[in-house]
Amino acid sequence: MLWACILLPQLAMDGILRHRDDAAAPLALLTGPPQRRVLQVVNAAARKLGLKPGQTLIAAQALTHDFATADYNPLMIERWQRFLAAWGYGYSAQVSLHYPRCLLLEVHSSLGLFGPWPRFETRLRKELTALGFRHRITLAPNPAAARILANAHDGLAVTDTATLHQALGVLPIERLGLPREVSTSLVRMGLRYLHQLLALPRDSLARRFPEEVLTQLDTLLGHRPLPLEFYRPPDVFDTRIELNFEVESHQALLFPLRRLTADLAAFLAGRDSGVQRFSLYLEHRTLPDSEVAVGLLSTEREPAMLFELTRGRLEHLQLPAPVLAVRLLACDLPAFTPAHQALFDERPQQNVPWEQLRERLRARLGDDAVVSLSARADHRPEYAWRESSLARTEPLPHVGLRPGWLLSTPQPLREEGLLTLTGPERIESGWWDGADARRDYYRVQTATGQQGWAFRALAGGPLLLHGWFA
Amino acid sequence: MTAVVALDSLLDTRRVWRGQAITSRTAVQPTGNATLDEFLPGGGWPESAISEFLVAATGIGELNLLWPTLARLTTAGERVVLVTPPHRPYPQAWLAAGVDLRWLTIIQAKGRDALWAAEQCLRSGSCAAVLCWPQQADDRALRRLQIAAESGQTLGFVYRSLHEANNPSPAALRLTIEAQPAQLRVIKCRGGLAPGQALPGSAWQ
Repeated sequence: MLWACILLPQLAMDGILRHRDDAAAPLALLTGPPQRRVLQVVNAAARKLGLKPGQTLIAAQALTHDFATADYNPLMIERWQRFLAAWGYGYSAQVSLHYPRCLLLEVHSSLGLFGPWPRFETRLRKELTALGFRHRITLAPNPAAARILANAHDGLAVTDTATLHQALGVLPIERLGLPREVSTSLVRMGLRYLHQLLALPRDSLARRFPEEVLTQLDTLLGHRPLPLEFYRPPDVFDTRIELNFEVESHQALLFPLRRLTADLAAFLAGRDSGVQRFSLYLEHRTLPDSEVAVGLLSTEREPAMLFELTRGRLEHLQLPAPVLAVRLLACDLPAFTPAHQALFDERPQQNVPWEQLRERLRARLGDDAVVSLSARADHRPEYAWRESSLARTEPLPHVGLRPGWLLSTPQPLREEGLLTLTGPERIESGWWDGADARRDYYRVQTATGQQGWAFRALAGGPLLLHGWFA
Repeated sequence: MTAVVALDSLLDTRRVWRGQAITSRTAVQPTGNATLDEFLPGGGWPESAISEFLVAATGIGELNLLWPTLARLTTAGERVVLVTPPHRPYPQAWLAAGVDLRWLTIIQAKGRDALWAAEQCLRSGSCAAVLCWPQQADDRALRRLQIAAESGQTLGFVYRSLHEANNPSPAALRLTIEAQPAQLRVIKCRGGLAPGQALPGSAWQ
């Protein structure tokens, strides 16, 4: 296994700078209670002005006024770290946030896909630079060594144990990640480099120093595995876009909506899952959020399709108040199985697959507009069908000739000029479920030449038309 | 002008209407009824086009005309869509006609939405046949359907009232179905001469 360590030395600063127009302007991040603000981090331009981390804000302002300030927010750092882990997940299945401000990637298994390490490394650096994060990258056969080498090197790639021992041996003791008092006492003992420390007998080291020293040394040299917790992409997609102004029309909501659905599609592609049901929440100032629920019949993850369907449902919604923010929440992410398509399709212009067409129709006409029909084993015509598609068909009783059209409610039929073609056929059923039907059915021909299916109840009454032989 | 073009092939492209009956029977779908095939000028339903049925009344065998075609398409695993049928299809009767109901889809819509849905289905190319019963369809709406059927290479069947027979229509084939006496007439047939005589109802009912 080969581990790449991407150290992010200025994560807090970069996370804020990437939202600013001029990254070169002096900037200081502040912590501490309001009455005693302290500079936590400063960038290079601010340092040039004489600002230092640890300075109070008042002292800094006494020096100069030409710097911008922002809050140092540990939550934001956490968020950026997760963001980068999600980014790294695209390159390796094993991404760990074990060390703070640092990503560990297992890259040996990714080399086959992303090329040899130098090319892979160039790609990582290019993307990180584009994302706006300063970084140091090292490669080592174990994660702890990669992390420690990143303290002193940038771009160092060690692939075998012998070279690793060499590279680690010349590292100063202070850079090894040992407890501070241990490294201080080691240095005072005249041990400046790791190879000097390794030359000492283990048992005396174990006696004189706490347990962590030997543990850390063994982990560094790869004698002892480092238990890592790997990053797992979240199971829920929940993204919110706050709008800059109050939006009152659907048109203005389409742009953030397109971004949300595109993000959702990218997220789903990364997880290799699809979405069947998600909700769009439109947040108002005082009223409760309006919800646009989008339900699909099959799992999808095509960005254009997700956008079009959500848009179709959004346009039906009447906004009760201006919208301040849009939030897309997808909790249920089932596995996605792409539709099977033959390479040489029989229909050359099949530009819209049936599933997509069905969703488009449902989005505009309503969820119940597209139905299938199947037969039920019942003699009564009004119970002989159901609006669903069954994979297996139940055995149907043998019946006589039935009309192609069935009227939803029987209608009275004028009896002048009526010609009885066949009949009567008695249908007597349903005494067990309360919808008792006892009727005599006739196939009749009207004076205008139409052939109908009419019945007369056994108890008497008018002749009622129940279907057309079309 | 070195290539010699056969006169027959030029005539067959039908740039000029010469009043002849259709001789090339390539781009048609068989109706499943030999007598009807023989009667129709093209020898079947015109492919990638709208066929219009002008029906005098419900219940005079207007579905019987199409059932063999629908049965053939659905058993082959191709989708058939009914857009706003006037009544509920009785499953047992459709099954008896050989239609595989798993491939039959019904779309309920009102007014212009029904035309929109029919056009979407025709254009998508994922349906083999689309049947629709438009309430008010003008020449323009039918032309849209015709173009959609062409681009989606789908069979379109439009059922309309017999009163519309005098109005122009861009459909490739127009049939009137009369009740008394039960007979079928071709009143328009693209690129060919409509046969003068009618087909008696006994042949297809």
